[in-house]
Amino acid sequence: MAFHDDLRRVRAIAWKDLTTERRSKAGFNSVVALGVTILVLFGFALGPDAQALRDAAAGALWLAVLFAGVLAFNRSYQVELESGALDQLLQYPGPRWVIYVGKLIANSLFVGLMLVIVVAVGIALFQVRIPSAWPALIAVFALGAVGLVVLGTFYAAMASRSRAREVLLPLLLFPMLVPVLLAAISASKALLGGDLMHEAGAWVKLLAAYDLIFMVATLWAFEYVIEV
Amino acid sequence: MVIEQSELAIQAQGVARRFGARWVLRGVTLAVEPGEIVGLLGANGSGKTTLLRIFGTLLKPSAGAARIYGHDVVRETDAVRAELAFLAHTPGHYDDLTARENLRFAAEMLGQPAGTNLDAALERVGLGHVINERVRGFSAGMQRRLGLARLLLRHARVLFLDEPYANLDAAGIALMNQVISEAGQAGGAALIVLHELAPAAGMLDRTITIENGRVSATGPAPVPRVRIVPPARAAAQAGGRR
Repeated sequence: MAFHDDLRRVRAIAWKDLTTERRSKAGFNSVVALGVTILVLFGFALGPDAQALRDAAAGALWLAVLFAGVLAFNRSYQVELESGALDQLLQYPGPRWVIYVGKLIANSLFVGLMLVIVVAVGIALFQVRIPSAWPALIAVFALGAVGLVVLGTFYAAMASRSRAREVLLPLLLFPMLVPVLLAAISASKALLGGDLMHEAGAWVKLLAAYDLIFMVATLWAFEYVIEV
Repeated sequence: MVIEQSELAIQAQGVARRFGARWVLRGVTLAVEPGEIVGLLGANGSGKTTLLRIFGTLLKPSAGAARIYGHDVVRETDAVRAELAFLAHTPGHYDDLTARENLRFAAEMLGQPAGTNLDAALERVGLGHVINERVRGFSAGMQRRLGLARLLLRHARVLFLDEPYANLDAAGIALMNQVISEAGQAGGAALIVLHELAPAAGMLDRTITIENGRVSATGPAPVPRVRIVPPARAAAQAGGRR
């Protein structure tokens, strides 16, 4: 019965975050706009050479998603801080992981939707040819997004307890994301190039392992970062 | 009569708290019995809200111990959270949700059944006409009333109220007093941070004054609490006297 109540709490938090985001719209629009702007800037920096654009596409896409994601993670706790709602949230009975998982679900949907738009724009902008192994490419994007959201949601909670939260989040998050980004960019680049060396599989396994490790570690540690 | 520790509704023993190098609380010791309604007085920055946040499990004390019905606020947070309702100075609502959605969220987080009558709570606090309106458009007084509706959902034995009368009109003050009074009559305890005693006249059993992070004075309320005896108990008492 207690676990059923906890699942209701998870659903309530995810619903609350998604509903407030859907109604305010400002957050999603600005996150997508930032992602697309970064892609355009990369496009300008790389110049008109189509092959150079294609070669850099994987890295540019993931960095655009990363920077836009940071904005999204900061926002997900900003809603709690605006009118002291975090204090109320922490006073409800039940384990703290329900808050983390609820926000994780909401952030996953939010970042997932942003990822779809940014990738679609990136494919058009960088003249990327869709590879025959496109289902594997989708799996790489999904696994990379999970790693990003797991760590982003966790470190945003930690940063939310600080006054310098906007500065603190990227400082905490970026170093921890290096293995996820490395694996995601390498796997994406291999698949976009036809995976001639059959290296994508190893990167995907590494990415899945990182996701699993970070998921377990952050679920365990969340209570200690959200309580003061 | 000697009160056992576990019988006390609220208890602090040498509670201290510092922020950086600054000690905000320097060893507060106090006790509130079940059924008691106590006003917490003191100048700005004296540590009243910090003390309430420690009782409310939102801050850990740097030293000392605080208990709610015998449960330690640091080690037994779940048991403490199940006993208390906290009305903070900030409203704590989600602006882009409606009044009903805010209450439904609170009810789900409290583990209450899906059929809980939320509209009745909103009607009681005078927000029946704005049930489906977003909180963003509410005045400060309406947000306070919504906070009161959320407080009513908890059916708590201990109330911590931080300046509960702020932004309320005369009807709102009367409503707040009614809720506090009902909690007291039901055997619950309340600790209320106040800057003015006037709105709580006739509500308090006693007051505790905090100065520079310490209890500087404690005594009976200037206007003693009017205890309303429930009709059934009054009839029984009258019958017993005959």
